[in-house]
Amino acid sequence: MKAPLSWILEHVDVPAGTTTEHLTDRLTLTGLKLEAVESPGREITGPLVIGRVLTMEPEPQKNGKTINWCTVDVGDANGTGEPQGIVCGAHNFAPGDLVVTVLPGGVLPGGFEIGARKTYGHMSAGMICSARELGLGDDHDGIIVLPADAGEPGQDVRPVLGLDEETIELEINPDRAYALSIRGIAREVLVSVEGASGFRDPAVRDTPAANADGHPVTVEDPEGCPVFVARTVTGFDPTAKTPDHVVQRITAAGMRPISLAVDITNYVMLETGRPIHGYDADTVSGPIVVRRARDGETLTTLDGTTRELDPADLVVTDDSGIIGLGGVMGGETTEMSATTTSILVEAAHWDAASMYRTGRRHKITSEAGKRNERGVDPTICEAAADRVVELLVEHGGGRAEPGVTVVGTPPTAPVVEVPGDLAARVSGMPITEEQAVACLRAVGCEVSGSGTLSVTPPPWRPDLTDAQDFSEEVVRLVGYDRVPSVLPTPPSGRGLTRAQQLRRRIGRTLAGEGFVEVVSFPFVGISDLDALGLADDDPRRDLLQLSNPLSNEAGFMTSTLLPGLLRAAGRNIGHGNADVAIFETGTVTLPRHAGPAAILPVDRRPTDDEFAALDAALPAQPLHLGLVAAGDAVSGGWWGDARPVSWADAVEAVRSVAAALGLEVAASAAELAPWHPGRCAELTVDGEVVGHAGELHPTVCQAFGLPKRSVAAEVDLDVLIGRAVHLRAAPTFSTYPVAKEDVALVVDASVPAADVEAALREGAGELLESIRLFDVYTGDQVGEGRKSLAYALRLRAFDRTLKEGEAAAARDAAVALAAERTGAVQRA
Amino acid sequence: MSGPNTDYDPVEVTPLKADQVEAMREAALAAIAAAPDLDALKQVRLDHTGDRSPLALANREIGALPPQARKEAGQRVGQARGAVNQALAARQTVLEAEHEERMLVEETVDVSLPTTRRRRGSRHPITLQSELIADLFVAMGYEVSEGPVVEAEWLNFDALNLGPDHPARTMQDTFWTEPAEDHVVLRTQTSPVQARTMLTRKPPIYVVCPGRVFRTDEYDATHSPMFHQVEGLVVDEGITMAHLKGTLDHFASQLFGDGITTRFRPSYFPFTEPSAEVDVLCFVCRNVDPSTCRTCRGEGWIEWGGCGVVNPRVLVACGVDPEVYSGFAFGMGIDRSFMFRHDLEDLRPLFEGDVRFSSAFGSEI
Ligand SMILES: [Zn+2]
Repeated sequence: MKAPLSWILEHVDVPAGTTTEHLTDRLTLTGLKLEAVESPGREITGPLVIGRVLTMEPEPQKNGKTINWCTVDVGDANGTGEPQGIVCGAHNFAPGDLVVTVLPGGVLPGGFEIGARKTYGHMSAGMICSARELGLGDDHDGIIVLPADAGEPGQDVRPVLGLDEETIELEINPDRAYALSIRGIAREVLVSVEGASGFRDPAVRDTPAANADGHPVTVEDPEGCPVFVARTVTGFDPTAKTPDHVVQRITAAGMRPISLAVDITNYVMLETGRPIHGYDADTVSGPIVVRRARDGETLTTLDGTTRELDPADLVVTDDSGIIGLGGVMGGETTEMSATTTSILVEAAHWDAASMYRTGRRHKITSEAGKRNERGVDPTICEAAADRVVELLVEHGGGRAEPGVTVVGTPPTAPVVEVPGDLAARVSGMPITEEQAVACLRAVGCEVSGSGTLSVTPPPWRPDLTDAQDFSEEVVRLVGYDRVPSVLPTPPSGRGLTRAQQLRRRIGRTLAGEGFVEVVSFPFVGISDLDALGLADDDPRRDLLQLSNPLSNEAGFMTSTLLPGLLRAAGRNIGHGNADVAIFETGTVTLPRHAGPAAILPVDRRPTDDEFAALDAALPAQPLHLGLVAAGDAVSGGWWGDARPVSWADAVEAVRSVAAALGLEVAASAAELAPWHPGRCAELTVDGEVVGHAGELHPTVCQAFGLPKRSVAAEVDLDVLIGRAVHLRAAPTFSTYPVAKEDVALVVDASVPAADVEAALREGAGELLESIRLFDVYTGDQVGEGRKSLAYALRLRAFDRTLKEGEAAAARDAAVALAAERTGAVQRA
Repeated sequence: MSGPNTDYDPVEVTPLKADQVEAMREAALAAIAAAPDLDALKQVRLDHTGDRSPLALANREIGALPPQARKEAGQRVGQARGAVNQALAARQTVLEAEHEERMLVEETVDVSLPTTRRRRGSRHPITLQSELIADLFVAMGYEVSEGPVVEAEWLNFDALNLGPDHPARTMQDTFWTEPAEDHVVLRTQTSPVQARTMLTRKPPIYVVCPGRVFRTDEYDATHSPMFHQVEGLVVDEGITMAHLKGTLDHFASQLFGDGITTRFRPSYFPFTEPSAEVDVLCFVCRNVDPSTCRTCRGEGWIEWGGCGVVNPRVLVACGVDPEVYSGFAFGMGIDRSFMFRHDLEDLRPLFEGDVRFSSAFGSEI
């Protein structure tokens, strides 16, 4: 809310010498936070004074224009007292007029420096200003001619134009709708600035009593519209101009001047907080009826939009049909126009929740809607309407018709029982009951009783409904800055959970492996999944759709971390970081299509079943780890050649993570997008699939701007962490001598090394301490479609030195089983 | 083999000539001393102690001498050979030491050569900051709570006293999901974790919940559709705003430095009553002549987050008896805290994944 300071101070007195800074500091500390202080003339510096035009000589120019060579009396403001010679292109003034004169040395908005300069054959020393040149709106029909009583030549013109008027902008929280008005802010000044007094409520005035002569109104839905006040002004001059001070104030408040009638309704809304609607009375036919809309009804609102109405929308109708979306926006057919001479003034109180829903449904945000949906004082409809009528008559030459329609009565707020010590208990401050009562009365509450206070909130505070709400009023007036600082004493905690610790360990492990952690947005589009090459029936294509994504290209919650990682890797490549290894941990979203997550009651705890059902309705959101690497794994340098990343780096990174959790990962061939069909490993732990790793498919690399042979992995960390080994028994070692046996086995190229190794392990039996594949050979010596795998076996017994031949026997048994299982032949 | 040559005149036999043995010895010692390196010394050893060396030949002659001459000749030759061997050993040691020293000199490398063969990894600074904050609270006895980011509307709003028509719902521009009747949202705050915590645990509750949250903010230098929050929740008997203030003062001093405190301003959050905005004292200028301070933009204080006393309505919806327990809650932006703690003007590098950004922080912030 932007509020001109002078307008506020019209309604409350502050001690002499109160600075704007002090006033706004106090407002900030009691809950109306200062956003900015503005004044329209803040960009204007230097001499800007009243000038009286002494002479003006029209001088036609060759270009067809006529300029005026003027002499202007600027008093002593120019230092000499002599008239100032100024060239002026405007013609809307005459000798004797008072005008706004900026003298050499002045600076106008936009950094426009004024000097004496030669133009049209004269030395022009200064400028006669238009409203636009001063930043006071778009009016450039001519220069500003001041009223004859504006002041004496040479006087500073800023106060006359309101250029030094300060406007304070306050952040208004949704519970403080009353502060969306000069009335409410003045009241806050009264309670927050020490020594403030003399609150003059703009909504308290003598209003004519309701009678039967007003425009007939029927309210069919008193819950939606508890109060409807109608007044009529006739004989209004539609050409009458809005007074300058009204234009200045509503402009300062951030609203655009439109016409006198509209400006006055806005002015009164800003002053009282009560939105007012004006109809062209001559276009309203017959009685007004307020009701809910019916299915299929439409209305063209005054923004020109035709809207299909919802049966929950409150509408204003006449004999012609619907003429307004009550409290939200008027209709086109009854809009006040440049020919309107009779005005029907509506000041109605509307149900805030209906206003909120209608505004949201029709996507209408307006100053009126903002107030109506947050809650307005229901008791001031008559006063606000009367104020509008008064201003229309005063400035538009109209006549107030004697008819006054008032339908309904304002709802009253229930009395709330508030423990007298609640504020003290809530705040931890020694606030006495007397203090609490005084604070509540200061904000307008009626308070009676003691021990337990019976409190009636003021009608402009619909937000005060619970005992705790009143405690906030007390505490903020006592002062948040006086709340003491006391540390509570929690019971002994259990520290991080094991899963939380393991997640940290995983991150550290990957950082140790050379991967850099990134954080990506979890949004994807179908095109991202296409770029990954996912099959049509890939379960990762089942995505949770966002109703209102920021971009249609990323309208879903992702089911895989890879798109974000691949994009980040591509950006790195694009930025010249050619060797990149990144990882991310984050949840992915896997819809369960388990139906709605119920909106449960809030006046009790949900049952365990209700709560479990709520969780079950949400998508599964497992924690995933994704990683991508491209370029070189080991840089080239003085030590030797670079080693490019390979599929094995992706598998090894996952193995490192698993090892950090005490787990061993097995890899077997798989075909899955986005990986290379011949270089993709399915990773399992004890037979359970945890994810995949390997080289990316060349088309995927290309799609994401990555070099060929880039690699990636994605695994489900919830599964890994769930299987993490806890409390492992300590190992024992044999100290007897080790026996080493090497074997080279030739198998079909399609036989997985893991199978050969498994057979060797099993065949060697318990003497086998470790086995290591130290060479893989393909080529002429083993023949087409065959490969040779060379293993180093270490054999040892726990209780003795192996006897001659024992190691060899174990080796032979291993080879025999490998031969049986995999067709392996020992290489000669 | 012949028998002893009893006719042989020992006087005429070489070994008996002292000056000759002496000459052999001198020649050998001179050669040893002159050997410049181990290879040369090896040759010297061969020349002067080898089978065909003069001393070896002389020694072999001793057996042919008459018995009366053997002793003296044996002594003479033996002494000479002993002296030569000793000299060889000594020279060997010297030369070996010299060799070793020379080798070490020759093996000198340029230790200023780059050694980074493998890339260095790092963790994301927001992860590190989240952990740092979690640790501060764990040290106080808190535990770390978690919940899903795709959340039930009821938990994100209704349970937190944000009814369906609450104007404050528009304060948080929410990502909704399809189908709308499923009532599922991307959580706009970490507060639903607080609700979950109260629903699943009995007081006393002391938890913090760091996590990702979502709002439909267009992505620019100061807004992001996804950001990170940390919320704290305490529910216990006799909890007041003073405990909230004490906790946040402690938090601020731990995160930003000794003596950094907080300031409360009245505010509005549906789930707390009373509610406050929290400002933290600028840790750069400490509100001493802040006019030129970039960090707080001349304010002396920095907007940090929101907090308040848990609204009893929230306690009721989450099954906590407000007659027995009261609580406080607070929430801060982790990214925002990071930005002013580390002088970052534009938040986008946090989400772009450029490895140079995270790498700059290593594994500690
Ligand atoms: Zn500062």
